[in-house]
Amino acid sequence: MNKLNAKIPEGPLAEKWANHKAHIGVVSPANKRKLDIIVVGTGLAGGSAAASLAELGYNVLSFCYQDSPRRAHSIAAQGGINAAKNYQNDNDSIYRLFYETIKGGDYRAREANVYRLAEVSGAIIDQCVAQGVPFARDYGGLLDNRSFGGALVSRTFYARGQTGQQLLLGCYGALNRQVKNGNVKVYSRHEVLDIVIIDGKARGVIARDLVTGKIERFGAHAVVLATGGYGNVFFLSTNAMGCNVSAAWQAYKRGAFFGNPCFVQIHPTCIPVHGDQQSKLTLMSESLRNDGRVWVPKKKEDAEKLQAGTITPNDIPDEERDFYLERRYPAFGNLVPRDVASRAAKERCDAGFGVNNTGKAVFLDFKYAIRRLGEETIRKRYGNLFQMYEKITDVNPYREPMMIYPAIHYSMGGLWVDYNLMTTVPGLYAIGECNFSDHGANRLGASALMQGLADGYFILPYTIGDYLAKEIQTPKIDTASPEFDKAEQQVNDRLRALHDIKGTKSPDHFHKLLGHVMWDHVGMARDAESLEQALRLIRELKQEFYRDLRVTGDFSAMNNELEKAGRVADFFELAELMTRDALERAESCGGHFRLESVTEEGEAKRDDERYRHVSAWEYKGDNVAPELHREPLAYENIQIAQRSYK
Amino acid sequence: MSDKILKELTLKIWRQKDAKAKGGFETYKIRDISGGTSFLEMLDILNEQLVGENKEPVAFDHDCREGICGMCSLFINGRAHGPDDEVTTCQLHLRRFKDGETITIEPWRSGAFPVIKDLIVDRKAFEKIQQAGGYVSVTTGGVPDGNAIPVPSEKAEEAMDAAACIGCGACVATCKNSSAMLFVAAKVSQLALLPQGKIEAARRAKAMVAKMDELGFGNCTNTGACESECPKKISIEHIARLNREYLKAKLQE
Repeated sequence: MNKLNAKIPEGPLAEKWANHKAHIGVVSPANKRKLDIIVVGTGLAGGSAAASLAELGYNVLSFCYQDSPRRAHSIAAQGGINAAKNYQNDNDSIYRLFYETIKGGDYRAREANVYRLAEVSGAIIDQCVAQGVPFARDYGGLLDNRSFGGALVSRTFYARGQTGQQLLLGCYGALNRQVKNGNVKVYSRHEVLDIVIIDGKARGVIARDLVTGKIERFGAHAVVLATGGYGNVFFLSTNAMGCNVSAAWQAYKRGAFFGNPCFVQIHPTCIPVHGDQQSKLTLMSESLRNDGRVWVPKKKEDAEKLQAGTITPNDIPDEERDFYLERRYPAFGNLVPRDVASRAAKERCDAGFGVNNTGKAVFLDFKYAIRRLGEETIRKRYGNLFQMYEKITDVNPYREPMMIYPAIHYSMGGLWVDYNLMTTVPGLYAIGECNFSDHGANRLGASALMQGLADGYFILPYTIGDYLAKEIQTPKIDTASPEFDKAEQQVNDRLRALHDIKGTKSPDHFHKLLGHVMWDHVGMARDAESLEQALRLIRELKQEFYRDLRVTGDFSAMNNELEKAGRVADFFELAELMTRDALERAESCGGHFRLESVTEEGEAKRDDERYRHVSAWEYKGDNVAPELHREPLAYENIQIAQRSYK
Repeated sequence: MSDKILKELTLKIWRQKDAKAKGGFETYKIRDISGGTSFLEMLDILNEQLVGENKEPVAFDHDCREGICGMCSLFINGRAHGPDDEVTTCQLHLRRFKDGETITIEPWRSGAFPVIKDLIVDRKAFEKIQQAGGYVSVTTGGVPDGNAIPVPSEKAEEAMDAAACIGCGACVATCKNSSAMLFVAAKVSQLALLPQGKIEAARRAKAMVAKMDELGFGNCTNTGACESECPKKISIEHIARLNREYLKAKLQE
């Protein structure tokens, strides 16, 4: 029997969510007060969920590793948030947003989930406006929109280049209001390191207080993971330095299946790598592709001169420039989806037309937009992004084109969840980037903010009630139980083992090496041979890690090195599962590009016969192969087709 | 994008084992480092060196490394977030320093921000101020359509200027009185400018100012140092708006 039950409601697509809500359990206000919920992570998903659940009357315990919930990495999202409002009268609709999201995800997402996402998208904008989010407005005072990749309409709402910040601060305000009301207790500078399961249900977490180093236990009637993505397995990514997979990974080891781990997004517009001491990559918002034109030289000798620094980009006349996205994809041009744009950049650079001294960059040029709209308009639209670019590179993008290159940005894969956003462990939920659910094999720009807030404000607060309605008789969870004892001991032993290796190399040293293996072998283009090789290299490096790791400092005190060591240990295990998943999926789809599976024109070629499913991996033990379960994907409302942006 | 190499930098860094310990400066050398390296990457490199010598690395707060999360802090050569205007420490690059230079690195210095370890301080006081009223009291669901209440675009833009605050604490660390007025003003002003936030403007101003006073932040004496050191260039005009809102609230009493 298939262990995966997605619990998709019956009925026509557009009625599923309404029908589902009408038939699920609801907890009375008097009983909500008696129920505790742990929410791990305070980004858009976790913050909005914690605030909304507390407003309903539940007792919420909210955890984040940063010193404040406001610092979660959603804060760094720049460009915008999608919603099917059709304010622009350009024929947008719930169906169109749904369709473009499924197509953008290369037909590897669930129809019912994505439709629901599109359905609640409008309410998110209303909510954020009511909270005082200063969205951009037109001169009539109404909300403004911009365009994003993979969409034929203009449905992206924005607050300059700081949309994520403003949405997160809105939900941080809502959270603070509940802290003041006594319904939420925030545990900042706490890292959740294990999930406690009692009689098959999630009943709490083990967390380390990052200030004192003390390992603590917390009980609750349900646990919600909103811990974001795992892009940092590549070391260099656009994620924040502290982003990690640890809580989600321990959930996997406690029985939550991991969905599509090989689906990661490589964002086309990041500032190129400058040297081997680099710690992270900086994204330049996709919104820049509204007005910037992407090009490389037509002639290889020009590219070589640019690499050598003997000419500047402005020396190359228009007719010698290859606007390769406009050339290859006339319908969408510079606004093709991210996976397509990234691969096209890699193709040009691999062919020898790349720029920068490394040959690993392409131009994003605003000359044409400045000529058309004036510098002031461009400054108003992207001023802070241009400033950020200049600070990092010392190049003025108003005068010279930006240089960009793809970088790891987002993970579409994550913990497998059903329609209620519950993992395969009863009472354990995963929301936002932490789950696998809505973006298939490639996420469209401005959809991560939409999904995080949809899950946290409008979906989980309903669906968790269905589970908790059956828990109203369960008393407060007693953390003085053998299950908590054991879990705490295991966390303690795991960290102690890392601390006591007493080798010679830092956690960062190993993390960088792991990142290189992942980028080279499990990055933008993958084939069976390179993936097999990656599996060997990851295992060798992991052995070396456990032999030669050095964690300085005290065990029971603030210790950044110990934090990093724990995260890197989990990344090693995740890396193996990602590689295994990439190897098993011998088709190309979205961000997962297998060199063995391409069309004659070099585009990703899906294999719907064999792979039209979600891969959900079940942990079977430390040195045992995980078991693969498949959730077939049915497309009843969309004509599935080879994706084309031409 | 080719940067010069700095042959040697001397770093004087504040080290303090924990909140109770007495801290002091330690001196370190960094050699042959590219001007394109970010300031925090330089600290990463120093920490690798220290781990290699089996010494404890320097603890410092950081996360997004793109100037938006507000986690990084640091007083660098006597200035919050270092010598450049309009950047956070994580956006500062070594090309702004001269070869052979000595760089002094300290944590935020303010009674309201006690040191936790080395360069890390406790900014929970900021959380408490926000919890006192830094929001619009709306509950999820049941709100009007986003376009139901038009907002003049210049008001939205001005609100956005204030809302750009990242809560890093540079204003407090820079102020000779350790005042948090700019931080409080940014939120009060943002919400007072928008029709959605106007309803509670008086209550908000009173509650946040009262909490700020209670937590031991000093008074504002209008020196403007906070504005000039703010990485997001939040204007002290917002403090004027806060004062107006506060006065209005008091008059209504």
